Amino acid sequence: MELLSGGEMIARAMEDEGVEFIFGYPGGAVLHIYDALFKSCKVPHILVRHEQAATHAADGYARATGKPGVVLVTSGPGATNAITGIATAYMDSIPMVVLSGQVMSHLIGEDAFQETDMLGISRPIVKHSFQVSRTEDIPEIIKKAFYIASSGRPGPVVIDLPKDLTNPHDKFEYNYPKKVKLRSYTPAARGHSGQIKKAASLLLGAKRPVIYAGGGVVQGNASEQLRVLARELNFPVTHTLMGLGAYPASDRQFLGMLGMHGFYEANNAMHHSDVILAVGARFDDRVTNTCGKFCPGAKIVHIDIDPAAISKTIAADVPIVGPVDSVLVDLLAVIREMREADSSLPDASSLKHWWSQIDEWRDAHGLWVKPRYDLSTPFIKPQQVIETLCKVTHGKAYVSSDVGQHQMFAAQYYKFDEPRRWLNSGGLGTMGFGLPAAMGAKLAFPDADVACVTGEGSIQMNIQELSTCAQYNIPVKIISLYNGYLGMVKQWQDMQYEGRYSESVYENSLPDFVKLTEAYGHVGIKVTQLSDLEEAMKEAFARKNDLVFMDIHVDPHEHVYPMHIAPNGSMRDMWLSKTERT
Amino acid sequence: MMRHIISVLMENEPGALSRVVGLFSQRGYNIETLNVAPTEDPTLSRLTLTTIGDDHKIEQITKHLNRLIDVVKLVDLSEGSHIERELMLVKVRATGAQRAEIKRCTDIFRGQIVDVGPSVYTIQVTGAADKLDSFLEAVGEAAIMEVVRSGVSGIARGEKILSL
Repeated sequence: MELLSGGEMIARAMEDEGVEFIFGYPGGAVLHIYDALFKSCKVPHILVRHEQAATHAADGYARATGKPGVVLVTSGPGATNAITGIATAYMDSIPMVVLSGQVMSHLIGEDAFQETDMLGISRPIVKHSFQVSRTEDIPEIIKKAFYIASSGRPGPVVIDLPKDLTNPHDKFEYNYPKKVKLRSYTPAARGHSGQIKKAASLLLGAKRPVIYAGGGVVQGNASEQLRVLARELNFPVTHTLMGLGAYPASDRQFLGMLGMHGFYEANNAMHHSDVILAVGARFDDRVTNTCGKFCPGAKIVHIDIDPAAISKTIAADVPIVGPVDSVLVDLLAVIREMREADSSLPDASSLKHWWSQIDEWRDAHGLWVKPRYDLSTPFIKPQQVIETLCKVTHGKAYVSSDVGQHQMFAAQYYKFDEPRRWLNSGGLGTMGFGLPAAMGAKLAFPDADVACVTGEGSIQMNIQELSTCAQYNIPVKIISLYNGYLGMVKQWQDMQYEGRYSESVYENSLPDFVKLTEAYGHVGIKVTQLSDLEEAMKEAFARKNDLVFMDIHVDPHEHVYPMHIAPNGSMRDMWLSKTERT
Repeated sequence: MMRHIISVLMENEPGALSRVVGLFSQRGYNIETLNVAPTEDPTLSRLTLTTIGDDHKIEQITKHLNRLIDVVKLVDLSEGSHIERELMLVKVRATGAQRAEIKRCTDIFRGQIVDVGPSVYTIQVTGAADKLDSFLEAVGEAAIMEVVRSGVSGIARGEKILSL
């Protein structure tokens, strides 16, 4: 029987759980834990420069690997700084375990130094949370936290640890449970077979079908199952912002992203469809446009692990609750059986008319058929930067992004052929996510190209992490689209506020990003001419061991198109350029 | 818009109640009444709440409640036949001829006078929420000094039970 202190139990549990990295920041309430990590823990700890970055880095690691990210922060400000990152993970269903220090048990509630009610503050943005009240419970609580975070619909779990319970002098028996069972938590293991049969006959009868697949396919590791089903049925596939990569972008059946900045062909296919197969997607308001006008002729099959995601905003005709991978396998099996039993059922060739309609839409306004952006200005176009990035990295990089125009350009123009390569804050829309998320991915996959697509606005929200990258040698490539404005804010101000740029202009206040990067010991490259772009980017990626910050000056007045016309628009109502609309 | 009685069996853990209550404020749902206490199994609590909403809203409420890790099981009692009870304590001004009148009224509603003072009665009434409303109306606003209601609790009729 082994006796360990609370701090030692945490260090040991990290090893027993197979954690690869702990992202954190020490402080008073977690010093016992940090001492235990120092003395015995084999799991490397990454000291970030701000706790928000710890959560985003753990999140980027989780998105890229599928394993839960781990964060360790102190009480009070350490905990509150982590909140934005926890909320980001919650909105995108990312598995994460956050260990937050707490003041000593007897001081809780007394407004002690660095005390904050972490369970209370984090309650609406966690899948679950625990406050440890006895040291002996630590191993089981940690096991439960990892289980809850990574099963069912994944999400962040917070464990609040009062300092006295990690005291090195109080030792207890340590047994890390192999398994935990929670009587109040049993995620669905399989989809309902009756519902799957209903879905299969609806799909087989479809004349204008479309598969609308979201982040659930990525988080649920169901890309392969989705590919097989889509190909067998010859159905077009569109992805949400969160789903990109689950279905290969270079495949003919892929229509591009849908939604507010979705592709013309994708939004039109949705609007005119008669059957929508929604897989791990949640009919977000950035997808549907006006709910009342959403896809008027479509019957909807909705597969999701979370019953609460089904019929939340758009009613499903055939709801199927279950893990997307097993449901897709079962669905395909039923479809094959039905086809074998009845040879009169339409086969893949029956969708010829639908496909020629889709190809017509694609030829008319598809972003990948030919450049749809205005090439008459002397500036580098932000779209060209992403196209070049995709070319230089052969479409195989891990690409994180921040939030704004650059995020949408990356989503539109980087052709992701694999899941878990596209790391972005889709639900919460967190500026400052990109750099730390890229760090998490690069640590997980040191040999892969990892790029952070950002803007001069977003990057400054966590630019201090350049220092972390120097300490641990994390050579990510930062592709910063410099336009001198908060680009997406400016775009809305152009379109809806008659060009009144209220607080979206940096004027002459921005730093020299090359010098700034060099000050942190990294390499900076400034690009202002299109003719230099590709060479410069090749050089950046050739520097395998250097963090390179590419400060790329782009057209300051470019807008992201297509863009849904709102309010009161449907899926197919879009601006296609500054002057052209559907 | 219908009134629903949702009965929840949940872990008797610190923080569980705040998760349920927080869910309602977070997602903009209403709680009309709320009542919670441990069951015969001290590790479980039974929470009963009443809320008003259309079918879509009630479906969302039950789904989101079910999503809470602490929630073991729940039932919307209004979907089947059930027994609903609420306990109310009312302190009323009772002087002169009014004393007899209030006593009569209490008897009609099968209430009990549980505390008597020279000018005050404290009355206990149990029943469904609308019966308690009627009692208050019958006694009259002028006499009422203080009202304490437990919030609705309920149980399904017949064999149906909510348990592990």
